[in-house]
Amino acid sequence: MIRMTTDPIDPDALRRELFDPAAGGYCAFEGWVRNENEGHEVLRLEYEGYQPVAVAEGEKILAEAAEKFPNLHAHCVHRTGMLEIGDCAVWVGVASAHRDEAFKACRYIIDELKHRLPIWKKEHYTNGDSGWVNCERCAEHAHGS
Amino acid sequence: MKTITVRYFAMFREQAGIDEETLSLDATTAADVFEHTKGRHGSSEPAGHCKVAINDEMADWTTPVEDGDTVLLFPPVAGG
Repeated sequence: MIRMTTDPIDPDALRRELFDPAAGGYCAFEGWVRNENEGHEVLRLEYEGYQPVAVAEGEKILAEAAEKFPNLHAHCVHRTGMLEIGDCAVWVGVASAHRDEAFKACRYIIDELKHRLPIWKKEHYTNGDSGWVNCERCAEHAHGS
Repeated sequence: MKTITVRYFAMFREQAGIDEETLSLDATTAADVFEHTKGRHGSSEPAGHCKVAINDEMADWTTPVEDGDTVLLFPPVAGG
């Protein structure tokens, strides 16, 4: 299951949803909003996503993980909207029989999500500028002033 | 000529100043649509850094476009 939400992410509640008596290992990744990027002080991050395609692509990634690492339960939640420093922007949780596949599947899922989902983030800087992350032209525009 | 609806996201939307527009284009592939609208979304990003979806399905730049399609132009993604 993958979900996009504008509400705060509650990792404890998500962890409980994954509980499975057959699972001997649980691994989670939380992506947090940090206060610095490439030398610029970040005040907050604004996430935008295109839900229909992001959810479909996210389900594909979870299916790929399930194929690579059998007996896996995996969930993911990605937040959109305006986030403050320290907020959880993305959560990936994996429960499986053994720790090795839990670690590997969690890593696979977050890496693929970052590269494939139509989600964008705009950094708002302490100096009042802003810029889209990974967008060279916008970064030049924001940082060049 | 084909009637194609083009939707812009994130930086592309801001550069274009609109969410979407319907264009009459002589386009064969998704790459043709991207090239044709480059002036509108003001991007110097190469297509290889960007992604495209057609009618809400992820596509490749070589995917053919048909009359009536909606082409979604995604600037470089940055989830997580």
